[in-house]
Amino acid sequence: MADRFEEPAFGAVERDFSQVDKARLVQALSRVLAPAGLLHEVEDLRPYECDGMAALRQVPLVVVLPETEAQVVEILKICAAQQVPVVARGAGTGLSGGAQPHRFGVVLSLARFGKILGVDAHARRAVVQPGVRNLAISEAAAPFGLYYAPDPSSQIACTIGGNVAENSGGVHCLKYGLTIHNLLKVRGVTIQGEIVEFGSLALDAPGYDLLPLVTGSEGMLAVVTEVTVKLTPKPQLAQCVLAAFDDVVKAGDAVAAIIAAGIIPAGLEMMDQPATAAVEEFVKAGYPLDAEAILLCESDGTPEEVAEEIGRVRAILENSGATAVRVSRDEAERLRFWAGRKAAFPAAGRISPDYYCMDGTIPRKRLGEMLKAIQAMERKYAMRCINVFHAGDGNLHPLILFDANKPGDQHTAEAFGAEILELSVALGGTITGEHGVGIEKINQMCSQFATPEIKAFHRVKAAFDPAGLLNPGKAIPTLNRCAEYGRERMGRTSPQAHPDLPRF
Amino acid sequence: MDDLIQAWSERVRQAAAGGGRLRIRGGGSKDFYGREPVGELLETGACRGIVNYEPSELVVSVRAGTPLAELEAVLAERGQMLAFDPPHFAAGATIGGCVAAGLAGPRRAAVGGVRDFVLGARLIDGRGDVLRFGGEVMKNVAGYDVSRALAGSLGTLGLIIELSLKVLPRPLAEATLRFDTDEADALHRLNVWGGQPLPVSASAWRSGGLYLRLSGATAAVGAAVARLGGEALDEGAAAALWCGLRDHTDPFFAGELPLWRLSLPSDALALELDGEQLVEWGGAQRWLRSERPAADIRQRVEALGGHATLFRHGDRHGQCFHPLPAAMLALQRNLKNAFDPAGVFNPGRLYEGL
Ligand SMILES: Cc1cc2nc3c(=O)[nH]c(=O)nc-3n(C[C@@H](O)[C@H](O)[C@H](O)COP(=O)(O)OP(=O)(O)OC[C@H]3O[C@@H](n4cnc5c(N)ncnc54)[C@H](O)[C@@H]3O)c2cc1C
Ligand SMILES: Cc1cc2nc3c(=O)[nH]c(=O)nc-3n(C[C@H](O)[C@H](O)[C@H](O)COP(=O)(O)OP(=O)(O)OC[C@H]3O[C@@H](n4cnc5c(N)ncnc54)[C@H](O)[C@@H]3O)c2cc1C
Repeated sequence: MADRFEEPAFGAVERDFSQVDKARLVQALSRVLAPAGLLHEVEDLRPYECDGMAALRQVPLVVVLPETEAQVVEILKICAAQQVPVVARGAGTGLSGGAQPHRFGVVLSLARFGKILGVDAHARRAVVQPGVRNLAISEAAAPFGLYYAPDPSSQIACTIGGNVAENSGGVHCLKYGLTIHNLLKVRGVTIQGEIVEFGSLALDAPGYDLLPLVTGSEGMLAVVTEVTVKLTPKPQLAQCVLAAFDDVVKAGDAVAAIIAAGIIPAGLEMMDQPATAAVEEFVKAGYPLDAEAILLCESDGTPEEVAEEIGRVRAILENSGATAVRVSRDEAERLRFWAGRKAAFPAAGRISPDYYCMDGTIPRKRLGEMLKAIQAMERKYAMRCINVFHAGDGNLHPLILFDANKPGDQHTAEAFGAEILELSVALGGTITGEHGVGIEKINQMCSQFATPEIKAFHRVKAAFDPAGLLNPGKAIPTLNRCAEYGRERMGRTSPQAHPDLPRF
Repeated sequence: MDDLIQAWSERVRQAAAGGGRLRIRGGGSKDFYGREPVGELLETGACRGIVNYEPSELVVSVRAGTPLAELEAVLAERGQMLAFDPPHFAAGATIGGCVAAGLAGPRRAAVGGVRDFVLGARLIDGRGDVLRFGGEVMKNVAGYDVSRALAGSLGTLGLIIELSLKVLPRPLAEATLRFDTDEADALHRLNVWGGQPLPVSASAWRSGGLYLRLSGATAAVGAAVARLGGEALDEGAAAALWCGLRDHTDPFFAGELPLWRLSLPSDALALELDGEQLVEWGGAQRWLRSERPAADIRQRVEALGGHATLFRHGDRHGQCFHPLPAAMLALQRNLKNAFDPAGVFNPGRLYEGL
């Protein structure tokens, strides 16, 4: 009995895997995989050395490309037996380093799990393998008037397995939900090689609901091998309103007024003036360049519903002091309105050699404070930042512009980003709304959570993976790291940037 | 409030050290639910009140012992609601009990279940530690999503002290239609409608009558009514119907015959089990009054891809909830041990040994 109270050892410090024997590992894996599915020469491993967070690179020991679930089971059993770290990988578009390889580990690529196993139009669900691209699901469902609702901007490339692992969102998630809200069932393999199904084809499953634990778990609890998603009927019509404001706070208040009026728009996005200028130059969406902020508000549904909602939205925007309001007249214009917003990342890439995308979420009413603080940080770090914002749900994407070839720039950008994350927490929000913690935000986890929660997370991890082999070093910091980070923060000149604000 | 939380935390710590058992009770409105409750009573009623409510942020934070009726009244004043439509079952039901039971009402299939609206939680775990997960924002992927996993855990993972929930605006317009039809046709129609952009917010079928509720913008509801036909119910009759189904005051739920809750894929065929039946959630939830042996019912439901809960009036010493596959049961045991290693909270309420 008493031993059950003991803390799992691996939550305290990073586990040392330097004893892994590559030759022995490759030999065991070669019994399960054909040569084309087992890469271990350095030149073959290079393409896997980073994900969308390209600043961090690490070549793994081995990459495996299984084609069947039975192979995944065998691979995980081998890794468990030899105590080798395993990092699952989808398309590698993650922005927080979640799929970054482990130096002494295996990268388990799901690239060959690319089949759509079935679309059941009557029951409105699709069963797909984890390597299927997000957009491919909607394309397969389109002939039935259905689609898969979550639409991350990376949807042409990112995989559904990665979406599940990150609980990804998109511009329509205020109304249609995140990945978790659009899943029925996830099938996965534990590090012990056990096949487990989370959720069910019904709307709930018996016992504890482990689906929300696995969703967003960044490949730390199980390797996903099959996903059953809900499909949503395509709205008959969508229309978009574009509004300009001479003040960002007014634009923020307009967002609050729309929600307070009982409207849940299909999309509600904001961009500040520098972001607007950057994308306008790039895509010519017709955005007003003199506005301090622009809002995009989309309404979808039946033609009657859309007409009613657009009328109400328009009135609210005008009452909130919008300097201009335009309603898309046709589908081409609606897509043009969106083209600018969707091009925000590439536009940032065009005006700056590098950019660093942040992902904090804050209560919407704190938006003005956050934007003012970011302006002050731009001066402090002598670095520009442009802001795009999922305004409806408070998820902010400041894009810090820098040049990695300039000495010190990378480091400055990281410090700038860290300060934004810390402020997100101080304002009552979170360090990540949709991109995940990965390795990128691991230190700031120590600001958002206290030791008892960090310990609880390690216990959840141990419930699935007692040896800590799945994606070690990601998402949940060790207690040791938090202690160090705490000391480092204490040593800074302004240890408590906003002492008046309630800590979360 | 801090004193109360500290006192509870101390009580949990002592129970854990001394082999004590606590039976958490909100309003006690669901005492009937799950396996037989055991342990010393810990009532949450003193931990009540709304901590933060921001209608324009669509978030409310509330202490767990707050009566559901009180919370819903505050939301209604601002034209908002708990969209998962929690059943009350009795006057004293609390929001903590509601989330712990994880039960949702008629709107479930349209908008989501309890877990879909949980944004954050504070709880006391089985070590007496006070933990906070999630938060008050809509999107948050920092750390494992423990707060959502509390929905339906029946108080076996910890004592919930505070919850942050997403709220939604009440629909501007609502209409309920009735159609004469049999079970197979009703199931077919419900799935067909589900695949169309219609503002369906609830559905039910019972002996010959299919009921459909439409909610949303005035124009959208009007257009759907015109398109679907059927016979419109007046407002009073519609409210009585949906409340009766939500709170189980409908005559279907009266009497002492075992009541089974069957959770199925919406397109699962007719059950073909004898006993009176009520279909909800577009076909995904079906209630059955039957004395058929549990094994028969479970076998049939499993074959249809679902699971069966003995909801009321059965043997509460056996399995109320559907048996789990071995690998899943092992994970669930591990999770229970992670939060409550001494087995303090509601032992056995969910499964034996959990
Ligand atoms: C379909 C259905 C029909 C029902 N029919 C009836 C009926 O006809 N009559 C009736 O009286 N009731 C009925 N109920 C139960 C009902 O009253 C509720 O759903 C109610 O919201 C429960 O709240 P409570 O505070 O009464 O919970 P309780 O019954 O007190 O508790 C429910 C569960 O939650 C746990 N719990 C409570 N508070 C906490 C907390 N703070 N932290 C952790 N765990 C907690 C308890 O330990 C218990 O496991 C029905 C329920 C459902 C789903
Ligand atoms: C230009 C751009 C725009 C983006 N826009 C958005 C956006 O709008 N919204 C948003 O939420 N994200 C966005 N992202 C981030 C990213 O696309 C998502 O996080 C996506 O879900 C990652 O999918 P992936 O297949 O690339 O996963 P990867 O990057 O390969 O992996 C991500 C994580 O998931 C784990 N993983 C992958 N597959 C599995 C599996 N089968 N089983 C278990 N674990 C697995 C990995 O270990 C890793 O931790 C954007 C990225 C880019 C580059």
